[in-house]
Amino acid sequence: MGTVAVQGLRKSFGKVQALDGVTLDVPDGSFFVVLGPSGAGKTTTLRAIAGLEKLDAGSVHLDGRDATGDAPAERDLAMVFQSYALYPRLTAYENIASPLRARRCSSSEIAAAVERMSSLLHIERLLQRRPAQMSGGEMQRVALARALVRRPRAFLMDEPLTNLDLKLRVEMRTELTRIHRSLGATFIYVTNDQVEALSMADRVAVLKDGKVQQVGTPAEVYERPANQWVAGFVGSPQISLLPCHAEGDRLVGAEGWTLPRPRWSTAEDGRPLVLGLRAEDLSVEQRGDASLPGELYGLEPLGDRTVVDVQVGTEILKVKARPTFTGTPGERLHVTVDLDRAHLFDAGTGLALSEAGR
Amino acid sequence: MAVSVDEAVSTGPGRDHTPPARRSGGRGRSVLEVALLAVLAVVMLFPALWMIETSIKENRDVYAIPAKFFDFTVTLEHFKDVFVASGGRSALSVSFLNSVVVAGVSTALATVLGVPAAWAYSRFSVKAKKDQLFFILSTRFMPPVVVVIPIFLMYRQVGLIDSKLGLILIYAAFNVPFTIWMMKGFVDEVPAEYEDAAMLDGYTRLQAFWRYTLPLLLPGIAATAVFALIFSWNEFVFAIFLTSSDTVRTAPPAIAGLIGGTTVDWGLVAAASVVFALPVLVFAYLVRKHLVAGVTLGAVRR
Ligand SMILES: Nc1ncnc2c1ncn2[C@@H]1O[C@H](COP(=O)(O)OP(=O)(O)OP(=O)(O)O)[C@@H](O)[C@H]1O
Ligand SMILES: [Mg+2]
Repeated sequence: MGTVAVQGLRKSFGKVQALDGVTLDVPDGSFFVVLGPSGAGKTTTLRAIAGLEKLDAGSVHLDGRDATGDAPAERDLAMVFQSYALYPRLTAYENIASPLRARRCSSSEIAAAVERMSSLLHIERLLQRRPAQMSGGEMQRVALARALVRRPRAFLMDEPLTNLDLKLRVEMRTELTRIHRSLGATFIYVTNDQVEALSMADRVAVLKDGKVQQVGTPAEVYERPANQWVAGFVGSPQISLLPCHAEGDRLVGAEGWTLPRPRWSTAEDGRPLVLGLRAEDLSVEQRGDASLPGELYGLEPLGDRTVVDVQVGTEILKVKARPTFTGTPGERLHVTVDLDRAHLFDAGTGLALSEAGR
Repeated sequence: MAVSVDEAVSTGPGRDHTPPARRSGGRGRSVLEVALLAVLAVVMLFPALWMIETSIKENRDVYAIPAKFFDFTVTLEHFKDVFVASGGRSALSVSFLNSVVVAGVSTALATVLGVPAAWAYSRFSVKAKKDQLFFILSTRFMPPVVVVIPIFLMYRQVGLIDSKLGLILIYAAFNVPFTIWMMKGFVDEVPAEYEDAAMLDGYTRLQAFWRYTLPLLLPGIAATAVFALIFSWNEFVFAIFLTSSDTVRTAPPAIAGLIGGTTVDWGLVAAASVVFALPVLVFAYLVRKHLVAGVTLGAVRR
């Protein structure tokens, strides 16, 4: 078992409201990602779950039992710290062994477990080194090993892959997903990297300014962002956002363009809206009836595709195109919009309009 | 767990020394500088040199007029007198032993009380923490001579007058605030996350402190203890007011007591002073970087 449920967590540091009513339900065995920008309160959330932070309000339930006041040791959780927090005077071996020593395991058990971990994370040759003699990425792997060496109720991981180089990070992503699947354990994984979140998670909670913006599967968060901010934070290249309003069966842009109004949108005429368009739902290569006139602003060839920046009025649209696409800046072109996949937000609140009719 | 003193000294607040700025003269020191420094050194060191000379002179050379600087007979008689008297151990040697006991125990007491307090002030959010820390520091503002009379009266009531325990307690009371302040700086430098990680490993908070933080604090504890030791060893005012008998008295009042009879045995006074100064010199040498850091800290950092 390994369910974690937090309810209404609040925590302030002086004037900073680090957590402002965070509620999360982490099902047993899930890979639960907490995604948010720097300073969103991700670390504070993990520390609250671990019992390292005294809360102003809120409760933490582990396996259905109220654990709000429990000491960290009683919670049976393992954590990878953002700063690794490897014990500086101990070798990697002793660092990894520490959770087992605390539980008075025999030294043969410890040796076997450390060996298993070190081959899993490819750190065999580091075992006799101290943290000061390791690189950031090596320390991160030792920190992972120290957490994974035992079978706690849940694993808490605070940006465990950020310091690895890109190749190793991609490898470790797959590796961690594999480890998660083979253990069947609950992972609560914090990251500011939306690619990591979308590729690894069963469920994602998007956090900003200590508030949960949206919880859902990666697909839900990507396809149905709850608000404009989530739409902008998740997805690369960034979603393009255009101010507009509805007029009868058309959407009219601030710059004067018009598009057919999506069938599902329910906003009354004249209400200020923001139209969100993802790069893959736009095209400069085929013409449809829903299109926006603009001019070519720039090209970003990315190997497998080219991102075309198109200026529409004062806004820049990011459009996905084939890698062979070419053009000259200033050239006039039409951007075709797949309106069935477009997003509409209320310009005032930023909330997504109901997509019930979609 | 052995800590070399250099290690002890190098982790302190004055760690990141920048090399002193090159002097305006360019190559080395100017002649004037050397001359001034030499004069200063002679003036400062003369009393110490004179004390050492006197301690190894025969009595007739001690009182010789004009004073003999170089051609005197060397003797270690005075040093023998410091430790042994006709009946056995001398009163002075007893007072040295008392000093060792009083300074040692009071320092140990201050360390045992002060280090956990410093840890707590560093790690936990305490109400009005700054005010509390200021209050703790303020107990050191008062010069001993101001509080010695009330303490004398209190000690008489509770029977601590003329006892080593009385001195130990008062010295510890003076050293605890110092230990808290100095150790808080060292604890602040050790990331709290080691303890957090240890608690998640399954240790209690105290075990986490004991296993993972304390070993990192040992150099700081050593340096702090040396300062406390020097304070207790040198202390004079409380010692002379609160103790009187030879069996209790510490070395500072005992040495002072040698002066003031009809005749003064200056050789003995000098030898006792040399013996007394030696531990302080050794310890001051061990924590020299901290002594300098304490003086220059305000100037260097912001
Ligand atoms: N011990 C503390 N004292 C004061 N402020 C703090 C403390 N810990 C966190 N904060 C503040 O609380 C807010 C949330 O911090 P937190 O560390 O949880 O962010 P984060 O989402 O983990 O960010 P990052 O991705 O940069 O690690 C920040 O504004 C931070 O400055
Ligand atoms: Mg963080």
